Amino acid sequence: MDQSPTAPGTIGGGAAMTAERPLARVPLVLNRRNFSWITERISGVVEQPAPRWWWVCFTITGTIAAFGLFCLGYQISTGVGTWGLNHPVGWAWDITNFVFWIGIGHAGTLISAILFLLRQKWRTSINRSAEAMTLFAVMCAAIFPGVHVGRVWMAWYLAPVPNNYGIWPNFRSPLMWDVFAVSTYFTVSVLFWYTGLIPDLATLRDRATTKIKKFLFGFFACGWRGSNRHWRHYEMAYLLLAGLSTPLVLSVHSVVSFDFATSILPTWHTTIFPPYFVAGAIFGGFAMVLTLLIPARAIFKLQDIITPQHIDKMAKIILLTGSFVSYAYAMEFFVAWYSGNAYEKFAFWNRIFGPYWWYWWVGMLFCNVLSPQLFWFRWCRRNIFVVYFVCMCVNAGMWFERFIIIVGGLHRDFLTSSWGIFIPTWVDIWTFIGTLGIFTSLFLIFIRFLPMIAMSEVKIVLPEADAHFHGAADHHPAAAGGRERA
Amino acid sequence: MRTPAGHKIYGMGAEYPSAASLYEAAKMVRDAGFKRWDVHSPFPIHGMDDAMGLGKSWLSAVVLAGGISGLLTAVILEFGPSWGLYPLIVHGKPYDWRTVPAFFPIMFELTVLFSAFAAFFAVLIMNGLPRPHHPLFNWDRFSRATNDGFFLVIEARDSRFTEIEARELLEKSGGQHITVVHEE
Repeated sequence: MDQSPTAPGTIGGGAAMTAERPLARVPLVLNRRNFSWITERISGVVEQPAPRWWWVCFTITGTIAAFGLFCLGYQISTGVGTWGLNHPVGWAWDITNFVFWIGIGHAGTLISAILFLLRQKWRTSINRSAEAMTLFAVMCAAIFPGVHVGRVWMAWYLAPVPNNYGIWPNFRSPLMWDVFAVSTYFTVSVLFWYTGLIPDLATLRDRATTKIKKFLFGFFACGWRGSNRHWRHYEMAYLLLAGLSTPLVLSVHSVVSFDFATSILPTWHTTIFPPYFVAGAIFGGFAMVLTLLIPARAIFKLQDIITPQHIDKMAKIILLTGSFVSYAYAMEFFVAWYSGNAYEKFAFWNRIFGPYWWYWWVGMLFCNVLSPQLFWFRWCRRNIFVVYFVCMCVNAGMWFERFIIIVGGLHRDFLTSSWGIFIPTWVDIWTFIGTLGIFTSLFLIFIRFLPMIAMSEVKIVLPEADAHFHGAADHHPAAAGGRERA
Repeated sequence: MRTPAGHKIYGMGAEYPSAASLYEAAKMVRDAGFKRWDVHSPFPIHGMDDAMGLGKSWLSAVVLAGGISGLLTAVILEFGPSWGLYPLIVHGKPYDWRTVPAFFPIMFELTVLFSAFAAFFAVLIMNGLPRPHHPLFNWDRFSRATNDGFFLVIEARDSRFTEIEARELLEKSGGQHITVVHEE
């Protein structure tokens, strides 16, 4: 993307060349900002005192988080009965929330790893905050299965450690795979995120004005000094971590889907689940990235770094993954009909017209299938309010989707005698809202104390970062007379 | 090597106005035959490894070793209980080698986990980090290396290093603010 579309020698050539000159790329950082502007603007967010709105937001989200923690404490001390779980719906909001949060994390890894391998340089503006979002989402996700165990103090049974009962976990269980997948995912995400942070922490260390800041940033920057002998190993490590994270992120939601797909329940027992879940995870995750970044870029005046082009591209990914998800929905219905399986057919009929009918019509059909279709239109992708509306729809829709899959599958058993319905309690509801508070509080803390945009990576996408850059006309086709598409 | 005032010299550094000029300077220093020298920039400069005459990083070998040890760990962790310590029959399925497909997910996860740890610790250890104090931090201008400065430093322990020759080379390559950096 830093390369001009035509060879440098041909730019500004004869008149015959002008007609064939392709469209110029829009620069990833607008208004020809230089390196020190990037450092100033991004470090400034961390270095200046917290603005009043930050305290207002943090007070609200912190209160919600505290209430969520209270609900968790109440649930742990009283028992799982405080949730609305009962036969036949033994998994409900808890596992819905778990899948919802894990899914959100996937967009961060897609941006940081998969788009890196695909050489999508626009990712540099958003990868840091998306990765942070991944970590916080996985933290929220891990709460639910952990607490759902019932006796939380027995959760260590999940770990394969020798114990005096001589028993071992069942390594062939998808639930056990899930423990390994999610914990590996979290650990690798932390390592990848921290590795990326080291050069930026060094920037903050070199700018630090107080002794304590200098010590803390210096400690975590590990003495980084931008040496090329270091960058050489660093870039290799970064590439390998990206290469490792790519199959990892695909495996995590596949394994989550195995929790369902390996059972024999109608609507759960399908082979389409792994790709369907992964696509849904990225779909929902990108919506959450935009939900967080659209306000953040406006508040911190980062519009030159997170440009309309970035939002446009993310909207396109939402449209693409939304289309995968819509296809999977359609295919589920088709197979239910085509298989001739009476239970499967009933389950899908029940999905549309059963007791949870409006979850499907509003959540899956309107929010997940129809609302992203707006992104076929360029003016919708360029209109912040339309983008935000669709993202909110997708955030909600993906939660509804998981609820329909989980509770929709459980509440109508094979035998009519074991049919039931799920009604959430206030603890169910407030635990979920509490995790929203925990998630946003952690994100607010992150943007206060760490650079929310990877400075060292954004600098690479500037034309003057190129070792062969000699003046503006060389690498800026617009300056050389090329047409520029804004 | 010491200065007349008795300070031990770490090396001689120069600042360059752009990534491109640093790249050209690096090629000159490489061709002059220096071995103990380095460039410092706020971001990795594409092509700089070649300009400095550095080969491909062998960090990938460490990561491969990490991945293999992760895979072996998973194999032992899963087959150990299944074959001897705690054979578990679920759904009437076998627990001997034929159960291996059900063991793949955890083998995969541990391979990735150990590889990632290997990559993380290898990048720190191979770079000699963490190293909170370094002679270069004594140079006032050097703090710009993490902002918008481009630096080239020739170390005094290079066998070819003499103050005059190093200064000449840095001047010829377009270096500015040429400075002798002290050890302490």
